[in-house]
Amino acid sequence: MNSFAERFSTTTAASHMRNAQKLAEEDDEFDGTMWGSSAGFGSIAKGVPSFTVPAVADPTAFLRLHTDDHADPSCRIKIQHGTTTLAFRFQGGVIVAVDSRATAGSYIASGTVKKVIEINPYLLGTMAGGAADCQYWETYLGMHCRLHELRNRERISVSAASKYLSNLVYSYKGMGLSMGTMICGWDKTGPAVFYVDSDGTRLKGDLFSVGSGSTFAYGVLDQGYRWDLTDEEAQELGRRSIYAAGHRDAFSGNSCNLYHVKEDGWKFIGNYDISKLHYDGPGNVPGSDGRPYGYDIRVEGLSSTNAPEVAAAA
Amino acid sequence: MSIMEYNGGSVVAMVGKDCVAIASDLRLGNQALGISSNFQKIFPVTDRIYLGLPGLATDVTTLRERFRFRVNMYTIKEEREIEPETFAHLVSSTLYEHRFGPYFIEPVIAGISKTPSGGVKPFIAATDLIGCLNFAKDFVVAGTASSKLFGVAEGLWEPDLEPEDLFETISQTLLNAVDRDAYSGWGGIVHVITKDKVVTRTLKGRMD
Repeated sequence: MNSFAERFSTTTAASHMRNAQKLAEEDDEFDGTMWGSSAGFGSIAKGVPSFTVPAVADPTAFLRLHTDDHADPSCRIKIQHGTTTLAFRFQGGVIVAVDSRATAGSYIASGTVKKVIEINPYLLGTMAGGAADCQYWETYLGMHCRLHELRNRERISVSAASKYLSNLVYSYKGMGLSMGTMICGWDKTGPAVFYVDSDGTRLKGDLFSVGSGSTFAYGVLDQGYRWDLTDEEAQELGRRSIYAAGHRDAFSGNSCNLYHVKEDGWKFIGNYDISKLHYDGPGNVPGSDGRPYGYDIRVEGLSSTNAPEVAAAA
Repeated sequence: MSIMEYNGGSVVAMVGKDCVAIASDLRLGNQALGISSNFQKIFPVTDRIYLGLPGLATDVTTLRERFRFRVNMYTIKEEREIEPETFAHLVSSTLYEHRFGPYFIEPVIAGISKTPSGGVKPFIAATDLIGCLNFAKDFVVAGTASSKLFGVAEGLWEPDLEPEDLFETISQTLLNAVDRDAYSGWGGIVHVITKDKVVTRTLKGRMD
């Protein structure tokens, strides 16, 4: 009913959009090709960004042949095979923890990857699968969350944001997008975590872990998880879970990035070297007893088969 | 899935001034899953010869026993200790015997041999999995981190290093190379062989 009025109104968001679109059309002489590229996010007024597609009869089949997905793991357009990311909801908000290793085959290409994408001050996304896919589409999601704010004078819910993303990646299904992400935040309903992947799956839940190290992280997470965890206990659990995965999984490690989402938005808690966690523990941080995480270091001298090391070599 | 990368692990050996060093990581994995951080892949053959066996773990154990047997037979028949050069050829021919169904191991040999004039000569060698010998004058590498070891060794090694400096060089080479390899690491071990003693040290490496 409102749509009729809206169509002819000159003050609504929709009419501003129409004007912007008209302007953009008039601006056609300065289109992307003229600037040498149409890269980036395109013009919001014109709608979704456009991509060049292989010039063959069936682009989807062509892409499947050359892009790394479930069908053919030997193709390597993507890096970021191994990863450990986790997020869980509890009484005090949401904890998001990730590792920082990027591998290409057995080569460790980087140990300082930022796998938490800061979509806006209230929303975080995690990165697993194609690094570029996650980075691009979650940044793009951020733009649309801002538009939602401007149009509706209120922040987007985590549910709506994650659904926007899942519908978006679903529209590219079969084209080789590869992402397994958790969209985490705080909205009217409280803390929320949604799992979204490039198959189009979207799940609401309390606790998720994604990546090659997820089984190890789940092991620690499941046995330590409770709804009524204190903030400090929850942060320690996130840190400890990523350590476990970084230790056992060859494709995860280097360091752990920890975030805590509360009512007033997310906060970066810290970056922890996983080898340092093993030998020395996280240091003097709330929630930790300060003891090392490493098994043989933690239990040294506590059993007959694990006597203290005689003298550490120089 | 490569069978050479099934368990992971790497070995490097270097020549110094009247000394040699051989080092390895301590990881035993099952593909991406780390199983042990105390898996030895370097074994003494004589007082002056050490043998590194990176590759498939089941063949590490088999070949270690096989070489122990053949070296013992040599010692009994010849009534003297085997020389490093001779042992390298023994390794080579043992592996080539299995030309059409090889052991998945790339051995590295480090030792000190005696010259007729009574001096000592450092010796290192490596072979591929079917026994092609590579006698190098500087350093040899093998295992899943071999390409990374080459890079670091190429940058750090220099001729005529004294035992202490050779230890530092090989340790830094190993530690920094395995930190760029997903299948190697979890600690390390170094043996420095000089004419009258062998110094063995374990290295504290990254545990991820």
